[in-house]
Amino acid sequence: MEVRDLTIRYGTQAALSNISLDIREHEIFGIIGPANAGKTSFLKTLNRMDTFNSNMQVDGKILFNGLDVSRLKNVYALRSRIGVVFPLPVGLPMTIYDNVALAPRLSGKKNKADLDIIVERCLTRAALWDEVKDRLDSLGSLLSGGQQQRLTIARALSQQPEVLMLDEFSIAVDPVTTMRIEDVLKELKQEMTIILVTNLVQQARRLASRTAFFLNGECVEIGETEDLFTGEVKDSRTRDYVEGRFG
Amino acid sequence: MPEQQLTNADDLSAAFDRRNADWYIDKLVQALVFIGGISAIIFVIGIFAFVTKEGFGFLLDRFDFQEFFTSPYWYPSDEDAPEYGILALIAGTASVTGLAMIVAIPFSLGAAIYIAEFATGKTREALKVLVELLAAIPSVVWGFIGLTIMNPLIIDLFDVPVGLNVLNAGIILGLMAAPIMTSIAEDALKAVPDRYREAAEAMGATRWQVIFKVVLPAAKNGLLGAVLLGVGRGFGETMAVLMATGHSVNIPGSIFDSVRALTATIAAELGETAVGSDHYQVLFTIGIFLFLITFIINLTADLIVRGVRKG
Repeated sequence: MEVRDLTIRYGTQAALSNISLDIREHEIFGIIGPANAGKTSFLKTLNRMDTFNSNMQVDGKILFNGLDVSRLKNVYALRSRIGVVFPLPVGLPMTIYDNVALAPRLSGKKNKADLDIIVERCLTRAALWDEVKDRLDSLGSLLSGGQQQRLTIARALSQQPEVLMLDEFSIAVDPVTTMRIEDVLKELKQEMTIILVTNLVQQARRLASRTAFFLNGECVEIGETEDLFTGEVKDSRTRDYVEGRFG
Repeated sequence: MPEQQLTNADDLSAAFDRRNADWYIDKLVQALVFIGGISAIIFVIGIFAFVTKEGFGFLLDRFDFQEFFTSPYWYPSDEDAPEYGILALIAGTASVTGLAMIVAIPFSLGAAIYIAEFATGKTREALKVLVELLAAIPSVVWGFIGLTIMNPLIIDLFDVPVGLNVLNAGIILGLMAAPIMTSIAEDALKAVPDRYREAAEAMGATRWQVIFKVVLPAAKNGLLGAVLLGVGRGFGETMAVLMATGHSVNIPGSIFDSVRALTATIAAELGETAVGSDHYQVLFTIGIFLFLITFIINLTADLIVRGVRKG
């Protein structure tokens, strides 16, 4: 994905100004930064979730496989190729099975045997299968927070996305589960591009090959993740942030 | 407030014991609010007791369960051999209510989905106000519309001799019940959190898929509650059905037959009966029956809607 001169405004307030960056295929691209940096707004524009909020105004260019996403007629097709995991888990009020089978069904798959395979594979990869395999027909919204977040990831995987965006996925998840999900993400990068927004700088360090640092609507720095953490930075604010001096 | 120094235990206990104006006002307000709070219960019990008392003599002496519920013959004022069968009246109420729901469910569901999911800003506010306005139209006005507009319209359109029938009353009642059903259904849809919609839309679901696959299933209990409240409204409605059904005792064979509703029977006949007579008392027995049915319907609707809030 290529982002060029992206500016996002809410009314007259700019949430993000003049962002340009490239996200390479099959990498984990980290975005770190304190609250209000514009990280979530950035993600929203990538799969055109800006349409949820009529107040949100987007300028600039975002290219997905070379195509300008703001000119797509069928945003639904775009979204189905870009999976999203929100900060708070959203177990839809339907069974665990139906949660994971929703996206394949939306795209027209009906064969029960095929769906069974997809559900099992996605739940396994989200490290949830063993815990729920005996109760696939109980409500997804009744699972614990950590389980629901893995269910959300399984649901995103069921879309077979080319890009998976995770927005602070570990906020409502315990540390053990977080580590399990992180292991899953490391494997997934073989198959898809992952954009990881996090306010845990160490998480970015563990996972991301390259990382961008956003601060107050500005992209302060983009670089190899290790460089950001070993002090090879162009802007001293980056060093201050990753070393925990503010934010 | 001036600082008060309490020097000894007596002063202290006097201060703690003092019943000043604030104390009395507090007690008074508590009592008033309590009375207001339980008045609803008192009235319901009182009405039920009154209706039961008036119909009780008939229930004890003349009541024949089988005749009452299975006989289609309603000749309460026959001096030699009065007959008290309410089957035809039940059929009248049920057919009109059934048709009303067929009319009202698509209308109210469509309106609720539009208001809750699509309309924004001023359109939405204006629609909500209009729906509430529609719910406030007195039923006699609806009955009037049934009598003077629908009646000739049905005669012309379907080439039938009488336009006061199940079709007329069903449409009128459906339009009457639709606003309140819309209002409740819209609440049920609004109670579905936006994060469900956004999660589904982020997966590439279209608006229609989001509504059909996620929002409606999530709101199904509230929607069912809305329908049941509509049914309760249909059973209890009196004036409009009295004016639009044709008011003739009849088990309907088609929607073009005139019928008579339970409620309309009470309204039309109670004034002509001698207080305490069998006829008078049987009307109150019908009242008990209606009371129980609407009570059960409303209770079921309430329990279902409550289930939504918890789940």
